[in-house]
Amino acid sequence: MTETHDSPAEQQTVLRIDDLGVSFSTDAGAVRAVDGVSLSVRRGEVLAIVGESGSGKTVTAKTILGLLPETAMAQGAVILSSRDGQSSNNVIALSKQRLRQVRGTDVSMVFQEPGTALNPVYTVGWQIMEGIRAHGTVNRADARAKAIEILGRVGIPDPEVRINYYPHQFSGGQKQRVVIAMALVLEPGLIVADEPTTALDVTVQAEILDLLRRCRDEFGTAIVLITHNMGVVADLADRVAVMYQGKVVEEADASTLFNSPQNPYTQRLLAAVPYVGQGVVRAAARAEARTPEWSAQAPVVVADKLRIQYPGRLGRPGFIAVDGVSFSIRPGEVLGLVGESGSGKTTIGRAIAGLTRVTDGSLRVLGHEMNGFRERKFKHLRSDIGFVFQDPASSFNPLLTIADCVAEPLIVHGRASSPRAARARVDELLEAVQLPRAFGDRFPHELSGGQRQRASLARALALEPKLLIADEPTSALDVSVQARVLELFADLQRELGFAALFISHDLAVVDILADRIAVLYHGSLVEEGTGAQVLGAPQDPYTQRLLASLPVPDPAAQALRREDLAKLRAAG
Amino acid sequence: MTRIDSLEPDVGTAGGARKPSLLSRLPIVHQLRQSVGLQRGMLVAGLVITALFILTAIFAPVIAPYGYSQLRGDDGVFGAQQAPGGSHLLGTTVGGYDVLSRVIWGSQTALFVIVVAVLLSIFAGVFLGLVSGYFGGWLDRVLVVVCDAVYAFPSLLLAIVMSIVISGGKSNLVGGVLAAAISITVVFIPQYFRVIRAETVRIKAEAYVESARVLGASNFRIMSRHVLRNATRTLPLIFTLNSSEAILTLAGLGFLGFGIEPTAAAEWGYDLNKSLSDVTSGIWWTSLFPGLAIVLVVMGITLVGESLNDLADPRLRGRRAVGASSGLVAETSVVPGGTLDAGPGGLAGLENLPTLPLDDSEAPR
Repeated sequence: MTETHDSPAEQQTVLRIDDLGVSFSTDAGAVRAVDGVSLSVRRGEVLAIVGESGSGKTVTAKTILGLLPETAMAQGAVILSSRDGQSSNNVIALSKQRLRQVRGTDVSMVFQEPGTALNPVYTVGWQIMEGIRAHGTVNRADARAKAIEILGRVGIPDPEVRINYYPHQFSGGQKQRVVIAMALVLEPGLIVADEPTTALDVTVQAEILDLLRRCRDEFGTAIVLITHNMGVVADLADRVAVMYQGKVVEEADASTLFNSPQNPYTQRLLAAVPYVGQGVVRAAARAEARTPEWSAQAPVVVADKLRIQYPGRLGRPGFIAVDGVSFSIRPGEVLGLVGESGSGKTTIGRAIAGLTRVTDGSLRVLGHEMNGFRERKFKHLRSDIGFVFQDPASSFNPLLTIADCVAEPLIVHGRASSPRAARARVDELLEAVQLPRAFGDRFPHELSGGQRQRASLARALALEPKLLIADEPTSALDVSVQARVLELFADLQRELGFAALFISHDLAVVDILADRIAVLYHGSLVEEGTGAQVLGAPQDPYTQRLLASLPVPDPAAQALRREDLAKLRAAG
Repeated sequence: MTRIDSLEPDVGTAGGARKPSLLSRLPIVHQLRQSVGLQRGMLVAGLVITALFILTAIFAPVIAPYGYSQLRGDDGVFGAQQAPGGSHLLGTTVGGYDVLSRVIWGSQTALFVIVVAVLLSIFAGVFLGLVSGYFGGWLDRVLVVVCDAVYAFPSLLLAIVMSIVISGGKSNLVGGVLAAAISITVVFIPQYFRVIRAETVRIKAEAYVESARVLGASNFRIMSRHVLRNATRTLPLIFTLNSSEAILTLAGLGFLGFGIEPTAAAEWGYDLNKSLSDVTSGIWWTSLFPGLAIVLVVMGITLVGESLNDLADPRLRGRRAVGASSGLVAETSVVPGGTLDAGPGGLAGLENLPTLPLDDSEAPR
């Protein structure tokens, strides 16, 4: 399969995909995941493949490395050229042995979850050297020197010392740097990055995107970037291919695609991306409509110097998840709680629902003190609290129908004797969340993620609660689905007037819904105020950094923001 | 299994045409239809052997030419160590019993022991595992330590001790079967306990259980409605694997002389023990046939268990190969190899996956 090319145009192309089709054999018969995809990537170019889940973008990426599982059948051609342009191979037709040679030297991969891409029982140096020594006879000292050099170049401080560290001694962002170092060490012509920043916090994401940009500029590596995040695309990509249901529906360079999308699907996708500043008008209008007596009403939730500590192992101090947080939620008000992973935002939500114990301070929920929590005393208040969970896949008992699940709160609180008796109310609820009545007879796995999340909302609202806690309700959803769920949430909140604690890591999402926004950082509240205050003129340096790190789906605007962020970082 | 009947009322209203028939949702039948190739061969072989074993056990009085303790027929005493042929197809033992009859009657004893042992251990094990995993705390710690201690014991030794405690070592059919079954139960309870406890601990952290807790559902309701039914989907599998182990333990007990007296019931292990001295004197039929019976039954049940195990795991499950460009573009996202979680109806639910009906613009996941 090896052939040589002399024409300069051929040398420029690192990857050419011709009419690729991939089918999977599943329990329900054959399923086509990729259908007639043709793409090409030039040297030193970043091609972003964007699409929602199930669009076939990850399968396409895996095909480039020959990583398809045994249940898959591929047809078409994936022509991969080596860095020097001397040889090219059709990955689909390669033998296993040749494929192993090609991986690492011609193409390498950066995975989504850096925590699982590194083997915890070896040092990072060993893992980088393993890659070097698998391709050619390099002696130990040279391999080590090379590994130290590459770690330094991806921005790991003190690489000579850090090379002997184990993965758990690095933070999430540094782990991803190590993974990128492993991908770069053999100087492949192409890196396939499958959602490289999805598992990272937004401030870390900005740093990793910077590093990937440097990979392109300094190493001259072409990158195939697989992502669902339009902001990331705008930040990094030179060219964008939009995939939908296994096909490429639109391909253009980044600025053209964002400024004048041609395909209706692309237009819809871009329109659904939430951006900061969307909710300011709405929040202002709602604040306007409030009567003066409203602020005199007793708050639904009052936290005063709330402190929550998870017990540690024997002889070790516990982990303080929430430290001295004070806030309140008034009736009918939506408080958005924003923070990165580990900031304690979920812990606060769980404490309000009585799922986590309060260690110190005071948390009053509907007038009930949660410090010194007793389930028996709190039980009668549970009907006034609704909870929407993050993961739509596991928030329903897989053995019960949707109607049974939604009827559950009605039965538990004695409003109905059986699921059958509750059916009328369940149908009403399903209609309220814009699901057809017939969906009540389906099982959770027969619904899509967005539909399930709406059913989850129906369950949370079944008892007409005074307070709804939504813990990242849309973070597992595709962006277009997210937009609809958020809209529904806003509508229902307006109609039913419940107070809500809306927890999210995404500033733009919180901005759409919240009357007030609270920003958490390492368990403490760093800033609180209306959307206009917090997002318009952030006071705390962390909030400023968080806001500046959030990529916007517009390449030109994003380039400016990038400079702002660099200045902020330099200042901080 | 409980899941079949509990699905009934709702399935009825859910447009029956879409659902596969009740028959094809039954545990074994479902897997049989699902399997292909070698896996199907293994499953079918196992099922045939197991069915044969169960039929033999049920119809033993009809099939067996003589009783298990019969020493003389119409034409006088059988005689000891008669070679196969004539009126004794498989010969006679040193004690003068008909080998064929003993082997056939032995299947009945084996089936009794399996049923009693599994019934006893499954209820206790599932209950303890559920309570222990759900409530946690000191109760959980104590139970886990006790079960680990039982594990650390050589199981056969434990069975011997139990058998001595219960019946003084030897007894009649009921006593012997019970002694063997209870001693096996003691060894098996920790297995069921562990599996159910592990599942319970996992399910306890699932969002739907937390959601029930937020609603204020009682512990009993959460355990029975949400945890139990989701935790028991691996049971058919342990059930089959344990059945074969039960037979081996029974045979082991019999072989060591703690089994059932030949006058009380036929027992393969006991027969093997008595045929030990025959082997050196060239009398092969007294040991071969009971031994073969043990091997066949254990193999049959193990085949069923192992195939069920493989079929339950989508990554191990074989599938028909697809053509290079076959299949429609899925409306759903493709998890290569399918999902790991069982759907409604436990294992059966895995089948009904795709064909997600979508509302207009929403992209599915």
